[in-house]
Parts: sequence; structure tokens; C-alpha cells
Amino acid sequence: MGRYVIRRLLQMIPVFIGSTFLIFIMVYALGDPVAALFGDKAPDPATAARIRKDLYLDRPLWEQYLHYMGQIFQGDFGTAFNGQPVTELMASAFPVTLRLTLVAITIEIVVGITLGVVSGLRRGRTIDTTLLVLTLVVISVPTFVTGYLLQYLLGVKWGWVRPTVSPDAPLNELILPGIVLALVSLAYVTRLSRTSIAENTKADYVRTAVAKGLPRRRVITRHLLRNSLIPVVTFIGTDIGALMGGAIVTERIFNIHGVGYQLYQGILRNNSPTVVGFVTILVIVFLLANLLVDLLYAVLDPRIRYA
Amino acid sequence: MTSIDKTTNVPAPRAASEGTPLLEVRDLHVEFHTRDGVAKAVNGVSYSVDAGETLAVLGESGSGKSVTAQAIMGILDMPPGKIPSGEILFQGQDLLKLPADEYRKIRGSKIAMIFQDALSSLNPVHTVGAQLGEMFRVHRGMSKKDSLAKAVELMDRVKIPAAKARVGDYPHQFSGGMRQRIMIAMAMALEPDLIIADEPTTALDVTVQAQVMDLLAELQREMNMGLILITHDLGVVADVADKIAVMYGGRIVETAPVHEIYKRPAHPYTRGLLDSIPRLDLKGQELYAIKGLPPNLLNIPSGCAFNPRCPKAQDVCRTDVPVLHRVTEQDGTELPGRGSACHFWKEQIHG
Repeated sequence: MGRYVIRRLLQMIPVFIGSTFLIFIMVYALGDPVAALFGDKAPDPATAARIRKDLYLDRPLWEQYLHYMGQIFQGDFGTAFNGQPVTELMASAFPVTLRLTLVAITIEIVVGITLGVVSGLRRGRTIDTTLLVLTLVVISVPTFVTGYLLQYLLGVKWGWVRPTVSPDAPLNELILPGIVLALVSLAYVTRLSRTSIAENTKADYVRTAVAKGLPRRRVITRHLLRNSLIPVVTFIGTDIGALMGGAIVTERIFNIHGVGYQLYQGILRNNSPTVVGFVTILVIVFLLANLLVDLLYAVLDPRIRYA
Repeated sequence: MTSIDKTTNVPAPRAASEGTPLLEVRDLHVEFHTRDGVAKAVNGVSYSVDAGETLAVLGESGSGKSVTAQAIMGILDMPPGKIPSGEILFQGQDLLKLPADEYRKIRGSKIAMIFQDALSSLNPVHTVGAQLGEMFRVHRGMSKKDSLAKAVELMDRVKIPAAKARVGDYPHQFSGGMRQRIMIAMAMALEPDLIIADEPTTALDVTVQAQVMDLLAELQREMNMGLILITHDLGVVADVADKIAVMYGGRIVETAPVHEIYKRPAHPYTRGLLDSIPRLDLKGQELYAIKGLPPNLLNIPSGCAFNPRCPKAQDVCRTDVPVLHRVTEQDGTELPGRGSACHFWKEQIHG
């Protein structure tokens, strides 16, 4: 197991280099950051040249990349255009997004799996069909529609919650954004666990468990659920990464100053240090989440052993 | 794998004990409601088993032998399964009328079942110790530690080497024969009165088959349990069974004490089964096979279900369903325990 983890961690290095390099190129392709810095005004050529030299922008792309990477490993992610170090932005943005992700994942796991189990055990009945249709609707409607709709209804019209989240982003204010963020994944989790449960109820070992005279509850929780959750865990694991990076829409709607918000600002202002810095961290989060899923596999299913 | 000299070890069939038999199935019907129609899997099966007795239920795939067993265990999928009529009397009590929770308490503790494929029938994500111990934890309310000790004891009893070290292993870490022993241990755990073994050796190779059957027979003798052995292997039957019920198309077509059926079958289907056993003295000749396919349960042939495949079918076989006749000697003396659902049983047995 230990060797497997080390091997996986080593495999991350090329993935990390490759993905960050790609991001670097893409952000570079967005346009001239110095021109963006001056906004609508035409920059003074001498000043622009000086800034270019200070920011290594006069060097070839690969040299810029190497320089950037070198700085990153010294903990220097550069500064945003407003003079704030990117690390400072991260320190304020990541905890907020992390909290939002936690809320969303919890909702996704608890509600999604519960609905999936209920639906899977009653395959073909009314409740199953209803849930299937509902999840299909949820999957089909884009997040910004559900987001604005729920914000308008619950926040503005009925006034049950605050329509936007305050800068501190306390947990109770994050519940509605969390629901919006979780909704699509929740529908997937429901469908995934439903199918898995429905399939496994026919499994021989479930029949054995019934023949052993176990109470229905024990058959479901100990024998059926554990086996059925393996594919669901994979999905949820990869979803952690997606939720952390993909909260751009939700964070915009509810004005949450998290990763998505900073990324959005960075892209809008052509602010490459912010974008590359944040995405680099997200790449690491993705990789670690995937490793965690693979390790969790071995815990859930003893037939999988890593050497 | 059949060794004929072994049959001397078989305990003499017990005379039906006074009063009620351990298990009595009366006129059981099971049907499955599918999209294509109603599949009549079991059509009026009756049999009984006493304590210490072994009943072998023989038949092709789809003859209804496993469905009957699952109906007794109460593990049929309902729906689509349905039991429109019949009684399953266990120690005089009709299981079909029991409340669900009391039925559950009988499962595993009074009646246990051994399944065919131990690898898929054991839960892959729990240790065998946990799965064996579960019987004691649920039915006897034992602690985790005590139940594990019991599991080790059971594994010793079914002769799994180094039981103590292996109790924490998972099913996939055992060989096929060892896994089937674990299945047997699980069924024996609470010393049930009746064990149903559904093709316990089909998934095993021949040498291991013999070991597993011997173990099963030995444990049965020790605990004086009733055993219903479902199989399509006539060789296995000769070694351990006391009496035989042959099933075809959801009906019992012949019943007999074990050795008589080999000598003088009273039904053409049984004859066909016996003729399709490979024999050393007929080496080099083509092996006999019953022509045709088992009946489609959605559309069972009228009259005797076997008539389209029967070499001796007459017109009456296509119109009248034969009842299970009592089989007698030519002079009319009763042959106890023998029955044949063939219009021409006399010609078959005495012809």
C-alpha cells in the first residue's frame, strides 16, 4: 500500500507539470497583460517595456514558465494587479470555497444516497419513477437558472434566507448556495446509487444474507449498501475537485468571495498570476482527490489490493 | 466420482417417525408473473423429509427444484414470484402463514440453505469470520468477540486448516472447496433441523466434490438433520440420499428409495436420466441423451409435460395429466415410497 501511494505521488509530477504548462500557455494566449493593465489608455512605450522586463514578459514562453515554477516552489505566487500577493487572495478565498464544497458534498452524499437507496429498493414503483423524472429535470436545468430562481424565490420574494452571502461566509449563509451547487451532482449520485442498489439486490450474497435470517435492515446496510457504494464513491471523489473549481457560477450568483469569484475576476482582468496560481492549486486538489478515491476503493472492496 | 462400495455407509432410511414429518410440502404451486406471461415453475409438488433423512431432488435446469427450495426458505422474489396455493409444513406449522418476522427467525436457525456458487454467495467485502459470526450475533445476540470464537470453531469443524489464522480472510482468498466448506459451516452454525443444499458441489471439481459431499453427510449424521439435496448429479445421489424425488416441468414425476430407482426406474424420464450416465463397460459407444429441450414454463405441453420428448408417448399422454400412481409389484404388493407419474408405469417398471 505504501509503495503504491509513493508511486501514485510520483506519477503526479508529470501530470502536474503538463497541466500547469498548458494553463500557462492558455492564459498567455489570452492577450497582452501589460495592455490590460493600462485598461483603455494607450501605455507609454518606455513604461510598458520596463514592466515587461520586470515581469519577465520579454523572455520566451518556456523561460517565463520555468521562472514562474521556480517562484512557486519558493512560495511566491506573484502579485495581483492591485498589489495584493496572490497567496493572500488564496488564503481568503480557499477557506470560503472549502466550506461551500463541504456543505455541497454533505448534501450530495446524505440526500443523494438516501434517495438512491429508496429508489433502488422500489424499482419500478411510483416513487422510483418520480425520482427518475425529477433527477432528469435537475440535470437538464443549468445551475445559473436554478441558482437565480432559488435566490429570487427564497431570498428576495419570501425572504427566508439572505439573498447574498456576507464576506465572512458563515456556514448558515452557505446552505442555499450549497444546495444550488450540489443539485446537479446530487441528481447524478441518486441515479448512480439507484442503479447500483437495484442491480445488487439480485446478487447472490444478498440472497444468502436473507437466507441467514438477517433482519431486512441489516441486509440492506451491511450487505447491500457497502457493495453498492463503490461506484458512487468514485463519482463523489472526482466531484470534490469539480465542486471546488466549478463553483464559479454559484459564487457569482451569491456573491461569495471564494475561488470561483477570484478566478472570474482574474480572467476578466487578464490577471495571469491569479489565474495560473489558483488553477495550479486546483490541479493539486484534483490529483489528491483522485488518489484518495483509489485508496478508498481498497478500503471498501478488499478484492482490490495495491502493491 | 461415484464409488459404489461407499453406499454401505449410508444410514438406513428411518421409518417415518410417529406423528408429523420434519418438513412436509403439500401441493405447492409457484408461478412467476413476467412480461411474457405467467411462468408456472412449480405445479403441485408434495414431498416430505424426516429428521436425519436425506431427500434428493433430481431434475434438469428449470424443472422447478430450486424454486421449490427457495419457496421453503421464503427467499423467493415476490413479486414477480407468487405462491397461489400449497402448504409448507415445518414441524407441523405452515410457514406460508407465518408473520414475516417469525419466518425470518426460522431462516438460518431452524432451516438453513447451502448455495451452489460459494464465491458469489458469500459477501466479497466482509471477512468469512464476520459472515459466520453474523449468525450468532443476529440469532443469539452474541458479542463480536464471542461470535468470532464461534466462527473459528465452525471453521475447524468443517476442516479448514489453520482456522484461527484464516478467520480474518475474505472469501476470494479461499479456494473453491474451502469456500464451499465455509458455506456449509454457515448453514450448520446454529445446528438447524433442516438443511437445503442447492447443488452444493456443481461448481467444484470432481475430487473436491467427493470431499464436500462426505463432509456434508458426516455433519448431517452427527446432528441428525433433515437434508434436502438438490442436484442433477445421479452419482452424488447414490452415495448420500435415502430417497429420491425426480422433478420435471415443475412436477414430481417419480419418487423412490434411492437404490430401487437405479435398478428399476418407473418413469421414462428417469430411465433417460440413468441411461445418460457414462458407463465404463460401454466405452466407445455414443452416450445416450434425452432428445429435445426442457419444457417452456410459459407454455407447458398439455397432458404429461414430458410427452414431446418421451420415446413411449401415446395419445393419452398428450391429453391427460398423469397423477403420481402408487407403484406396486406385478402381483400387487406395495412398494413403499415408490410413485410414478406415468400412464404406463407398469410397462416401464415391469416391461
